[in-house]
Amino acid sequence: MVGAKTLTELLSAEGLTVFRGERCLFHGLSFALTEGDSLLVQGQNGCGKTSLLRAIAGLLDLEEGNIRWKGKSIIKYRQDFHSEMVWFAHRVGFKNDLNLLENLSFETALRSTFAGRLDEVLDRLGLTALIELPLRVLSAGQQRRVALARMLLSSARLWLMDEPLTNLDAAGQVLVVEIILDHVRRGGVCVLASHQPIELDAAMQRIELL
Amino acid sequence: MTSSSDPSLWEGFAAVIKRDLLLAFRRPGDILNPLFFFAMVSTLFPLAMGPDPEQLMAIGPGVVWVAALLSGLLSLNSLFLSDLEDGSLDQLILSPQPLPMLTFGKTIAHWLVSGFPLVIISPLIAITYQMPVQTIGVMVVTLTLGTISLSLLGSVGAALTVGLNRGNALLSLLVLPLAMPVLIFGARTVSLAATNDAVAAGIYFLAAYCMLSVSFAPFAAAAALKISNE
Amino acid sequence: MWNFIQKLGSPPHFYGLAAKMIPWFAISGLLLIAYGTIAGLFFAPPDSKQGDAFRIIYAHVPAAYLSMMAYTIMAVTAGIGLIWRMKLAHAVAAAAAPLGAWFTFLALATGSIWGRPMWGTWWEWGDPRLTSELIMLFLYFGYMSLRAAIDDTAKADKASAVLVLVGAVNVPIIHFSVEWWSSLHQGPTLIKKGGPSIDAAMLYPLLGIILGFTLFFGALLLARIRTEVLHRERRTRWVRNMILGEST
Repeated sequence: MVGAKTLTELLSAEGLTVFRGERCLFHGLSFALTEGDSLLVQGQNGCGKTSLLRAIAGLLDLEEGNIRWKGKSIIKYRQDFHSEMVWFAHRVGFKNDLNLLENLSFETALRSTFAGRLDEVLDRLGLTALIELPLRVLSAGQQRRVALARMLLSSARLWLMDEPLTNLDAAGQVLVVEIILDHVRRGGVCVLASHQPIELDAAMQRIELL
Repeated sequence: MTSSSDPSLWEGFAAVIKRDLLLAFRRPGDILNPLFFFAMVSTLFPLAMGPDPEQLMAIGPGVVWVAALLSGLLSLNSLFLSDLEDGSLDQLILSPQPLPMLTFGKTIAHWLVSGFPLVIISPLIAITYQMPVQTIGVMVVTLTLGTISLSLLGSVGAALTVGLNRGNALLSLLVLPLAMPVLIFGARTVSLAATNDAVAAGIYFLAAYCMLSVSFAPFAAAAALKISNE
Repeated sequence: MWNFIQKLGSPPHFYGLAAKMIPWFAISGLLLIAYGTIAGLFFAPPDSKQGDAFRIIYAHVPAAYLSMMAYTIMAVTAGIGLIWRMKLAHAVAAAAAPLGAWFTFLALATGSIWGRPMWGTWWEWGDPRLTSELIMLFLYFGYMSLRAAIDDTAKADKASAVLVLVGAVNVPIIHFSVEWWSSLHQGPTLIKKGGPSIDAAMLYPLLGIILGFTLFFGALLLARIRTEVLHRERRTRWVRNMILGEST
């Protein structure tokens, strides 16, 4: 397009191949995401969506291929990559014996967050009344919202989300899509894995795993 | 909207220690069970071997050390298990903080909760074993160094076996060979103290082993955690 | 040179090369063992202090040396496998472990048999070299148990590699223990300042049998690596072609 501003390529992957034991889950996957892009990984349960997402995060070793953030390998520049990404998955990653506030303040010690935003975030997610309760007593849906709080508080540009709609009621699902759209419109990047269809916007890229 | 820059190394380290200590105090059983185990194992030997004071005095250092070792092994299994199960391990690995610092923090918290209480009550055990008073100081020093080494070496074993079926038995098998030098020097040094022989060499060895463990165990444990988490 | 190493890392290439090397290693090894055994048992003069009892050196020293050599090989290949992600390196480590464990056991057993006439005891708990060699046996057991407990081969490779590297500090401890601490076990005879301190007629059979056992160990290791490679690569095309090609 003549005159279009070239956007910096943020997340790129080339030739991704992952094995699970002896089974090849996928082979030769490639994609490139710039600011404001989103990628949806679709497929049935067990097809390797979670493995792809974990591979992008660097939690899983690639058999072949490489992943780059801002042009630099995520393996060699691990800390830089981790500074700019945040992970959302089925296991929410909080301690059941600690209360909401304690859990979220631990997050601020691990990664960079937006200062002074806590009340606003809790309000938006409907969690304000629950902050003193141990996480154990919250429902699965409420725990998911706490995980969303982690995303909203963090200043990371890349959001990796595995099955973001699970365990949420209809209102919750609408809220999640809204939150992701906000992030993407502000120049963030999002990679989602879902067996349910998600419509973000027309520009969303897709990968279908079989 | 201004964001804070990444928290410093020490912020993350301190936060992990604080969090794990908080979790341990919310579940007092985690602290008390290994302690009770330590006390009970120590009573097994006089029960099995008879109350002869000379014999007790001779086996005392060894018994305290073996009991501390076994009790430590018992508590190591849970070091990373809950983090693996609730997904916190993913978050720790993916944080901008260097993982070795975080595993080191968890290990220190583990020692404060499992090793340190043992060191505190060990003088009581020593007295029941008729151990002379001059040995107690040496015993406390060697046990401190030894239980720290054990927590560190144990963190590597725990990281390698977290989430495995029957990982507990395997954990002991992996950690014991590495812990044997600590046991040997620890117990012998206390025995030497009882006969007023020189203890400096043993204490230096334990300190060196401890320093060696501090230098490499967090890195080995971090590497092992990433592998186990795949 | 780098090309050669890369080729070596390719499983089908290594599989073929190893097959050619095994007979050379095995035959030369057995010949040297035969020389060492006969010369050592029948032609070397009896020791001034121990008489004929010293002859167990011809079994004990090769076993002890190989127990440490096997662990060193495992540690080096584990490091290569972890850093450069070479699958074959992990296969070498896996293949070497049971051999190393057996040689460690033999070293301990022959050492114990030697200890009885020499020191009057089958085992000396206070001895640093005996203890560190025993620790190494347990390290081998731990390695093999960890491998067996993890189903996924790649994961087992990486986890056991970390374990081997952590335990590697034990190998120099075994060797230097007799110098650092007072020990019943005699000090170093071969690798020390001033050269070997053993009589020539005893020395040459000893060197011969050490080399012979090393070569034989090499043959055994190569054979085990081939089996390991075959198992790991059982689903690949080159294995299928080889098997189908052979059966027609």
